Amino acid sequence: MLESLGNLVMDSGFAHILIADGWKNLVMIAIACVLLYLGIKKQYEPLLMVGIAVGCLLANVSSLSNTDALYHQNLWDAFLDHNSPYYHSYGYIMANGGLIDILYIGVKAGIYPCLIFIGIGAMTDFGPLISNPTSLLLGAAAQFGVFFAFFGANLLGFTGNEAASIGIIGGADGPTAILTTTKLAPHLLGPIAVAAYSYMALIPMIQPPLMKALTTEKERKVKMEQLREVGKTEKILFPIIVTIFVVLLLPSTAPLIGCLMFGNLLKETGVTDRLSDVAQNALMNIVTLFLGISVGATMVGSNFLNIQTIYIVILGLIAFSFSTIGGLLVGKLMYRLSGGKINPLIGSAGVSAVPMAARVSQKVGQKENPSNFLLMHAMGPNVAGVIGSAIAAGFLMSVFG
Amino acid sequence: MSEEIAAAAVETAEKAGMLGLGEATLDAVLGYLVVFIGLSLLMVVVIIAGKIMVSRQKKEAAAPATAAPAAALAPAVSAAPKELAPGSAGEVKIYDTDPRDAAMIMAIVANKLGKPLNELRFVSIKEVKEA
Repeated sequence: MLESLGNLVMDSGFAHILIADGWKNLVMIAIACVLLYLGIKKQYEPLLMVGIAVGCLLANVSSLSNTDALYHQNLWDAFLDHNSPYYHSYGYIMANGGLIDILYIGVKAGIYPCLIFIGIGAMTDFGPLISNPTSLLLGAAAQFGVFFAFFGANLLGFTGNEAASIGIIGGADGPTAILTTTKLAPHLLGPIAVAAYSYMALIPMIQPPLMKALTTEKERKVKMEQLREVGKTEKILFPIIVTIFVVLLLPSTAPLIGCLMFGNLLKETGVTDRLSDVAQNALMNIVTLFLGISVGATMVGSNFLNIQTIYIVILGLIAFSFSTIGGLLVGKLMYRLSGGKINPLIGSAGVSAVPMAARVSQKVGQKENPSNFLLMHAMGPNVAGVIGSAIAAGFLMSVFG
Repeated sequence: MSEEIAAAAVETAEKAGMLGLGEATLDAVLGYLVVFIGLSLLMVVVIIAGKIMVSRQKKEAAAPATAAPAAALAPAVSAAPKELAPGSAGEVKIYDTDPRDAAMIMAIVANKLGKPLNELRFVSIKEVKEA
């Protein structure tokens, strides 16, 4: 009787906390609870943050309890091991995996980020960008942080592949960061996904001090002219032109740009409203659910708690900040060249994070001049940033992939 | 001796997939340039496409105007401008927005600016969706 009770106690997850790396799982459970707090109470990207936190919680609780029902780290270690007979064998995962393993195949194969891009495309109005194509330059400028952080990560001793995955955090685009990391440095997926989504949620805190420091009061007060109206034909042609042009220019961008523009085409044609509705709502919600929980499950204590994670968190912040600075500086240049007609604040919206970065431009601009409405002007660079970060990711994947 | 050590260090770094300072700088600069050039070229394409579309729209708008004299009396009645409400500055175009929400937004903007609604001119109201 006592022996049975003893075995029961020793088999419990609580007993494993004190054994070997058990404390790491305990720390990860605490981190999962913090992420849940940030997602639920603070509403930091809640749609993904809650899923990531629950995935992290389940993976670490399972790890402590030795219950491999949901997620098997050993299967994925074998999947990535060149010497294993199960190297890159999805069949092995399907035959032996649990629920989260099966869901994680969608991340590993790069399916979820592409499906999310279809949804984002179906939600995005490229009208402000089409009516003011110079916004594309701001979207390009705001990728500065990607390459600055890439350089910084190299200095800190990360490999080229790892540095490229860390740098792309500066694109402020979760699905792009996940796709790039899955292809180049899958072992860093957990910290990079958490850093990317956390900083995206923190944009209203990260950007305004930089915007105020780099612009003058006079610049912030600039009222921009009303954008020209964009016709339906133009809006239909835009995704087709972008797909042909960008994919021919940089073929590695095909998964992201192709899906983004496909979603947008569904929205704009006017004859595929049902598909557009599914892409915007049902598909987006289902994929977000699967993506969050499976990315969170990669945050197992033994992989996550190391000095690399701290570096990634710091480099992620640097990447976001320098992307904002890049956009603002080119915004200032355009202010000068246009004779004061362009408000440089819209430059900071060139980091993707649609539409939060554009809202920040609107808010900071309106603070200086209550009758100023920059939102639609900032939406141009904002959606240009999505294309820009996809091109940056495409470049990094073609160089290091 | 030190050259040998440096060469060995470079070799080890290369084996581990790490980049040297020069290569990392080159990749970073090249990557930023590719993004800039790619989007600049796209900008040119979009500007050209936009110019073509605008000129087509202008031609289409001009076509009915030239055809108008031939249409004699009938259009005179239908072409009469729509009567606006007293004090109105025109019509607001609404995209993906419920008219009641649009009315509420206009009221909020007027309230925030501290100006009467009939002194403001709203051109269009468009919903911006969360991606």
